[in-house]
Amino acid sequence: MAVSGPAARTRRGLSLRARRTLSAYTFLAVPLGFFLAIRIAPAAGALVISLHRWNIVGTDQPFVGLANFREVLSDRQFWQAAANTLRYAAAGIPAQLALGFAAALLLRRAVRFRGFFRTVYFVPFVTPVVAAAWVWQWMYSPNFGPLAMIAGRLGLPAPLRTPALALYAITALVVWEYLGFQVVIFLAGLEAIPQVYYEAAAVDGARGWDLFRHITVPLLNATLVFSVVYATIVYLQLFTQVLNMTFGDPGGPLGNTATIVLYVYTLGFQRFHMGQAAAATVVLFAALLGVALLQLTVLTRRVEY
Amino acid sequence: MARTLAPRGPTGLAASDRVPRRSQAGARWRSAAAYLALAAGGVVVVFPFAWMLATALKTPQQIFELKFWPSAPTLDNIRQVLLATQFPRWFANSLGVAAATTASVAFFDSLVGYTLAKLRFPGRDVIFIVILSTLMIPTEMLVIPWYIMSARLGWIDTYWGILFPGIMSAFGVFLMRQFMAGVPDELLEAARIDGLSEFGLFARIALPLVRPALAALCIFTFLGNWNAFLWPLIVIQTPEMRTLPVGIALFSGEAGSSWHLIMAASTLAVLPVLAVFALLQRQIIEGVVLTGLRS
Repeated sequence: MAVSGPAARTRRGLSLRARRTLSAYTFLAVPLGFFLAIRIAPAAGALVISLHRWNIVGTDQPFVGLANFREVLSDRQFWQAAANTLRYAAAGIPAQLALGFAAALLLRRAVRFRGFFRTVYFVPFVTPVVAAAWVWQWMYSPNFGPLAMIAGRLGLPAPLRTPALALYAITALVVWEYLGFQVVIFLAGLEAIPQVYYEAAAVDGARGWDLFRHITVPLLNATLVFSVVYATIVYLQLFTQVLNMTFGDPGGPLGNTATIVLYVYTLGFQRFHMGQAAAATVVLFAALLGVALLQLTVLTRRVEY
Repeated sequence: MARTLAPRGPTGLAASDRVPRRSQAGARWRSAAAYLALAAGGVVVVFPFAWMLATALKTPQQIFELKFWPSAPTLDNIRQVLLATQFPRWFANSLGVAAATTASVAFFDSLVGYTLAKLRFPGRDVIFIVILSTLMIPTEMLVIPWYIMSARLGWIDTYWGILFPGIMSAFGVFLMRQFMAGVPDELLEAARIDGLSEFGLFARIALPLVRPALAALCIFTFLGNWNAFLWPLIVIQTPEMRTLPVGIALFSGEAGSSWHLIMAASTLAVLPVLAVFALLQRQIIEGVVLTGLRS
């Protein structure tokens, strides 16, 4: 790697500029190879596979045009998984942001134990997801799980076994996992707001709610945008939590908790319809791209004021 | 949500201390309420860990009693998981894979970040955009081609097969480039005149100056790989090669309703992480802030 030492001497004829270009490309050679071979080429590969009938067992992979896309897009399970994924996001992201924001505001008041609480709330974020999912599955266990008992007291059936509730039962795990992360991000955002603004506004006679609405919220916009983008990416790719909380029957008997990634996994690696699975990932990719573009246009405009 | 907070008074927070004082008693009451709410939230956050540990220390009979904490805690379940499964091996696999990946990411991402931030050469911006654009590709789209590639190259069920997709990260490159840009050019120029090689400039001058960002990147890479599930689940086939998450998932799946064993396995997976977190919590949380706000 350290080419410039001896190489520079043997190539004394090269200009400084050429030498620097040479060392730059020496440093970049392996990483460029990696990003081309392990990221860009496989992404193109996914497109190619999606146009072929590609079953891992067979040797010939005939070109089938858009047949895989047609099959995926007319598959009821795919649309169910897509709708579920959106449901997870629609339930989880607002909950996570609201609870995280509330906790961060409370922490600003709690001067004495701020560090302690921040650490406690953060612990689930570093906890191995698979282990946490099994713990939560056990907490939802009918008859013996504390969460099932609480649901019972409220007159609800065992959440994880009830199609209408199972998705939200899993969402609770995800929110629990990411709450501390949100708190830390919001706390940092709140601390970055200069105190002078509050003082100046207070001199002008602004009070609690006005300060909150006209200073805290607008100046926290960048933090909000980051949080929403980050959470959207997390929720659209939900897989580990769902698979581990419904391990015996991934996605639930009626597919009520299945996500797009779970759909791809089952299709590609349990039923070995690689071509169709690849087509589904291409659709997911398009959706993620769409979300990114939407967020870029909608959310950056908001930051302006 | 904001609406429910509003009646509690100035949500302008610490600023409220400096705003014309209201009644001391009111402030004290509000602060007590804040602590109470935080403590309640803390209990909810911590409860799953307590429940996990309580079950792990129970006998199979005690699980189905309604007592939260066992009267005579037993370590039998922990012992059984350690002896009857390949748990120690899975732990070592995860440690090895995560450590190797982290070392690789730390080296290559900071080198690329340095090169893109501090060296001037034709094609620099194009290369940066190409690397950055790979951030848009979801892993799910790549696992099928990776699998087919690994099958052809004989990488299935090998350590290299588990870790090759993660040896560099576009996010890390982006992060390190941001921080490397803050290294003063004069410093590098002076060292260059003193005869330091281009690689020496990176390793001896620039790298030590971005140590906090590098530490954050290492922590996240390690955590991410320690928890990685989708790709390891696909590429691993034999029990000896399992990483901890894959091992825990498949073991728990086979254990049926032996919740005492499943919780013992979870406890074994969670405790080391909590121990490390307890030691490094400040760095880890500050790392979140550092990387979160930069991106």
